[in-house]
Amino acid sequence: METAIRKNIGWRLFVQTILGRAYPRVVGMSREKSWLFFEIFLPMLSVSAYVFVYRALKAPEEYIGFVVVGGAMTAFWMNILWSMSSQLYWEKETGNLALYIMSPANLMGILLGMALGGMVSTAQRALGIILLGSLAFKVQYAVGDFWQLLLVFFLAMTALYGMGMMAASLFLLLSREAWHIANLAQEPIYLAAGFYFPIKSFNFWVAAAASIIPLTLGLDAMRQLVFPSGALLGFLTVRTEISILVGLSVVFIAAARILLAKMERLAIREGRLTESRR
Amino acid sequence: MSIDYSIETEGLGRVYRLRENKKKKDQPKELIALFGVNLQVQRGELFGLLGPNGAGKTTLIKILTTLLAPSTGWAKVAGFDVHRETVKVRPLINMVSGGESSGYGLLTVRENLWMFSQFYGIQSAEAYKYIDELLATFTLSDRANTKSADLSTGLRQKMNIIRGFMTHPEVLFLDEPTLGLDVGASRDVRAFVRRWINEDRRRTLLLTTHTMVEADELCDRVAIINRGRVLACDTPAALKHELQQEAIFNLDVSAMNGHDTAAFEQLPGVSKVLHTPLDGHSKLEFILAEESVLSAVVNALTERDVTILNLTKREPTLEDVFVTLVGRSMAEEEKAGSNGNGH
Repeated sequence: METAIRKNIGWRLFVQTILGRAYPRVVGMSREKSWLFFEIFLPMLSVSAYVFVYRALKAPEEYIGFVVVGGAMTAFWMNILWSMSSQLYWEKETGNLALYIMSPANLMGILLGMALGGMVSTAQRALGIILLGSLAFKVQYAVGDFWQLLLVFFLAMTALYGMGMMAASLFLLLSREAWHIANLAQEPIYLAAGFYFPIKSFNFWVAAAASIIPLTLGLDAMRQLVFPSGALLGFLTVRTEISILVGLSVVFIAAARILLAKMERLAIREGRLTESRR
Repeated sequence: MSIDYSIETEGLGRVYRLRENKKKKDQPKELIALFGVNLQVQRGELFGLLGPNGAGKTTLIKILTTLLAPSTGWAKVAGFDVHRETVKVRPLINMVSGGESSGYGLLTVRENLWMFSQFYGIQSAEAYKYIDELLATFTLSDRANTKSADLSTGLRQKMNIIRGFMTHPEVLFLDEPTLGLDVGASRDVRAFVRRWINEDRRRTLLLTTHTMVEADELCDRVAIINRGRVLACDTPAALKHELQQEAIFNLDVSAMNGHDTAAFEQLPGVSKVLHTPLDGHSKLEFILAEESVLSAVVNALTERDVTILNLTKREPTLEDVFVTLVGRSMAEEEKAGSNGNGH
């Protein structure tokens, strides 16, 4: 049997770590078809309910589009709550966390892999809701600046998954209570982030506070860019929202890195964080 | 010339702070899991840590694999301090624990192994080649494309073992690796472990077990550990040789009629008596200072109306070494530990 083997280090190892950890998330979707029902059909029910309410109230037609786009973005928030924030806790329970810490891989690479895999798989779900919703409710889009739209989406995802990476360490430190926090954060964020209505409807300070959730501004900016009267219903200008999203991305990713290092130090000092309850 | 140690520890200790239980105020606040452990394992050695559950074996492995900081002393693996030079230690080691459920159930065996290889920077083509070789060695090729969630406990453990060897570690830690494996699979694993060490003498393997046969059959040297302390460390043959002067007899006897075995330990020349009650009869094991003491034992049994059904003399095992060192068998020690009479 051959014994010599070449092992990459540095950035190559970092990239391999990201791709390695992203892989289960990406292929996992094709193995478990039930997501089509739970993550496209069920969110479509909520979307439909809001659409019927808006139509009954004879709200402007843009509101229907707002709901469909918002409904699609809920998939990302669900992914952040249940597959990013709680993930390190589950990794600890299965024993994977100890193997990650013990390996030469950088834990930040593991988290980035989780984020990348989550983003790719969730994008398919979100796209499914957009397509289905747009067809079912005949939503009209008018994309003025495609590249700006792409930039907003990319920044919203970077900030959002940065937040998820930060929350992953935080949830692990909180251990079992994390489950309750995830439950608590689900519905209130649907409201605060304006998934089904423009956040301009809020008082300025409430909307500003809600902007800590990257999806709030990301969604608001995307709506301004894809609907003709979106700008009139926007909270801040797209440029301002892009600047804030850049800031949030930097803050959340830096915080994720600091918390991850703290979590690893604590794991090694206390020994409890790498102990699974098998 | 200095000796090339793969694993070296000095005064290594670990104390766990226990969570306060308001209902049990007299409960100790600390647990000493390891105390003053000094070990030197040479490169190329297959070293065993033998001890009951709760002896401190896993704590020691966690420290050596950079997962846990020592409270006292220091440890080096492959020449690097495990606490201060973790970045240098990690590419050179790997660990497999018995009964672990690592990986992702939705991935196939081959995909899970590939994923872990990526965390060690192994290029995919090389990783797949070595994974396929190891799958064949462990007779798991036909399950390569089975989702790991669909594997039995034994097959899953084989996958975990492959994960450990796959990264070509310089120092490999196997923590109860045959846990959950049947007799045949355990034998295959032991054979592979021996072959792996013999193939390249730069490799080192530290194995923890509470199975005497495993330690006896596999290990070049064994450290017997109990309640966080290393009680003895030598080759299995040398450890057993210490007991060669003593004679060990197994006796099947009729029911003990309520007699306490402690009375037999009072007899001159009797070092230890182990009593195993069976259905309608009993099994006694006597460790005697010399063979001539046996006649006194037989007389004592006869006086108590205990009939001897069978009597055999046997060679000492590592279990006997443990009994001599600790004063009770490993099973008794585990039971005492779980009843709260441990450390």
